[in-house]
Amino acid sequence: MLTCKDFLHELSEYLDETIDAELRAKLERHITECPNCWVIADTTRKTIKIYKGMEQCQIPADVESRLMKALEKKIAAKSH
Amino acid sequence: MAVSSLAGIDEFQLVEQARKRDATAFNELVRRYEGKIFRLAQHVTQNREDAEDVLQETFLKAYEHLDQFKGDSKFYTWIVRIAVNQALMKLRRRKTDKSVSLDETIDTGEDTVTREVAAWDENPEQRFSREELGGILDSAIEGLEPLYRSVFVLRDIEELSTEETAEALGLSIPAVKSRLLRARLQLREKLTRFFKRKGDDAFAYM
Repeated sequence: MLTCKDFLHELSEYLDETIDAELRAKLERHITECPNCWVIADTTRKTIKIYKGMEQCQIPADVESRLMKALEKKIAAKSH
Repeated sequence: MAVSSLAGIDEFQLVEQARKRDATAFNELVRRYEGKIFRLAQHVTQNREDAEDVLQETFLKAYEHLDQFKGDSKFYTWIVRIAVNQALMKLRRRKTDKSVSLDETIDTGEDTVTREVAAWDENPEQRFSREELGGILDSAIEGLEPLYRSVFVLRDIEELSTEETAEALGLSIPAVKSRLLRARLQLREKLTRFFKRKGDDAFAYM
């Protein structure tokens, strides 16, 4: 029998779907019988989904222009 | 920057040209990854000024040491490794984080934190405005140990594979996996305070 501790140990790989079918079946059986582990699996899945959905912010123009200036200086120094 | 003619060129070729000190090729590599590196640096340092320093140091170092890039990994993984090292160095210099190191052995036992177990709505993030949500997500990440934070940012935000993350952080694959699990569970715990379903509110005082 799989314990809650065993389930938690495999949680990441279960959510990433990187485990074999046999283990997956055992884990899925566990969460049908254990409401706590079901909630933990479900809310962890949502946590990952929310972060993945975060908007990618563009690099601010002033930050980019200072980066380019620093690089220009470096490149000029290297070529002498 | 006049880069449009290089926009379609593959990365391997650009690196080859940049190695020969072709500044235009190097600038194109910078253009491709500057946004990701800046975002990564912001997540790890949690500070915009430090993130800008990290961004500059990363590309200056990459240019300086381009001959050390062996080409057996992706260029992006290589610069991510430089950026994470620079970012952790920044944190180490801050008084509050005295002992941040990539090599440091930290407790990666599986006594994972699951004190608060409450169900969430299907899309609980919709309860918050974009700004509020951004603030909640950032402050949750900020509360993680820097090493958990780095693993989580690379795996779940930048979407690097386990192998690439291990390479970028100089960690073993099992270390990446156990830190990722802990980071995810700790974030879940922190977000539960905001996202738990109304009515299941056994922890209203939190």
